Amino acid sequence: MTTAKEEFEDIPGTYLFNAERSKAGYHLNMFCMSLMKHENREAFRADEEAYLDSFPMTEDQRRTVLERDWLGMIKVGGNIYYTAKLGACDGKSFQYIAGKMSGVSEQEYADMMLGGGRSVENNRSKSDPGHVG
Amino acid sequence: MAKIIGGAATSHVPAIGAAIDLGKTESDYWKPMFDGYIPSKKWMSETNPDAIILVYNDHATAFSLELIPTFAIGVAEEFPPADEGWGPRKVPVVKGHSELAWHLAESLILDEFDMTMVNEMPVDHGLTVPLNLMCGEPDEWPCPVIPIAVNVVQYPPPTGKRCFELGRAIRHGVESFDQDLNVVIFGTGGMSHQLHGERAGLINRDFDTRFLDDLTADPQRLVQLPHIEYVREAGSEGIEMVMWLIMRGALSDDAKEVYRFYHIPASNTAVGNIIIED
Repeated sequence: MTTAKEEFEDIPGTYLFNAERSKAGYHLNMFCMSLMKHENREAFRADEEAYLDSFPMTEDQRRTVLERDWLGMIKVGGNIYYTAKLGACDGKSFQYIAGKMSGVSEQEYADMMLGGGRSVENNRSKSDPGHVG
Repeated sequence: MAKIIGGAATSHVPAIGAAIDLGKTESDYWKPMFDGYIPSKKWMSETNPDAIILVYNDHATAFSLELIPTFAIGVAEEFPPADEGWGPRKVPVVKGHSELAWHLAESLILDEFDMTMVNEMPVDHGLTVPLNLMCGEPDEWPCPVIPIAVNVVQYPPPTGKRCFELGRAIRHGVESFDQDLNVVIFGTGGMSHQLHGERAGLINRDFDTRFLDDLTADPQRLVQLPHIEYVREAGSEGIEMVMWLIMRGALSDDAKEVYRFYHIPASNTAVGNIIIED
C-alpha cells in the first residue's frame, strides 16, 4: 500500500514542505527570515560566515547558503518563500533562482514560462519517462 | 442585515505588484494581463461594496515558522503594507472593518471555526496585489477590508472541504451582523504554479480551466479534491487554490459566473480571475 507521504515523494522535482522538512529546516529558514531587516542584510553582507554563526544550522545547510546552492537549500529543509529572501538580498530575480533550481539559465527559464510553462505530462511521477529531477 | 452580494477570485503574484510599482503595466509583457482585469475593476466600481472580506495567504511576512495559524482574521482598524525586503509597497494603508471583523470572529468560533484573532498584521503582496487588480491604484482603497489569512505554506493547509465550510460559516456570520452592508468576498492565490525544485515553472491549463468551470458547474467536485491532486497537477504552490473555495462557500449554491480571465504567464504563474454573483 502506498502511504500519503510516498505519494507526495513520488512527484518528481518536488519537495513538499512537510513536518519533517520544516523541523529540519527551521534555523535555515529563520536565518532567511532575518534578512527581511535592512540592518541584518548589511551585517550578513559584511561577513557571511560570522553572521551565520548566530544560527544553529547543520554544516550542510551552512554550505548551501554560502555556495548559493538553491536546490540544495530546498533539499535540506529550506522553504522557497524563505530562501527567496536570500535571493532578494543578493538582488537576484525569482526566475534566476527558479532557473538555478531547475538547471537552466534565467533567460531559458523565462522563455519556458512565456511558452506556456513546464508541462505536467511526464512530470507526475518518478516512474514517468524523462521526468525532471 | 449585512449580506454577501458576490465573490471574486484572483491570483496574487508578487511580480504583478512590482510591475505596478515600477510603472510597467503598459509593457508588452504585462499589458495583456492588466487588460484582462479591466472588466473586474468596472464590476467593483459598479458593485461598490461596503466591505471586502479578503482571503489570502501571508508569505513569511507577518507570520513565519515561529507561529503558523491555519486561519487568522484581522480585527484591527488598519493594516500597514509590509516591508517584504525592499521597503513597503507604496499603496494605501488597508483600513479594516473592526466591528464586522470582531463580529465574524465571534460568530465563526461559535460555529466551531477556531480562528486566530490578529490586531498587529502587516499585509504583504498576497493582499495588496488583489486589491490593485480589482480596484486599480487609488489614493485610498474604496472600502474597508477584512483580511483572512490562511496557512498554505506549511503542509498541510486546510482541506478544500474545510475551506468551503468556512465560507459557509462566513456567510452565516455576515448575515447575522446588524448593519445594512453589502459585502464582497475575494479568494486569492493560484492558479497552477510551482516555485521550487527541478519541477519549478509547472503550469497546467487544463486543470485550471476545469477548476474555473467547476466553481459554478460542480463546486462539490472541487471540495473533494485531495491535496495530492493539487500538488501533482497544479504544482506545489497551486495548492493555494483551496482559498478560492472559501470564497465559493460563502456564495449560494446557484451563484452565477459573470466574468473570467485566464493568462499565462505572470512571472512563474498562471493568472486566473473569476467573478461570481450571488
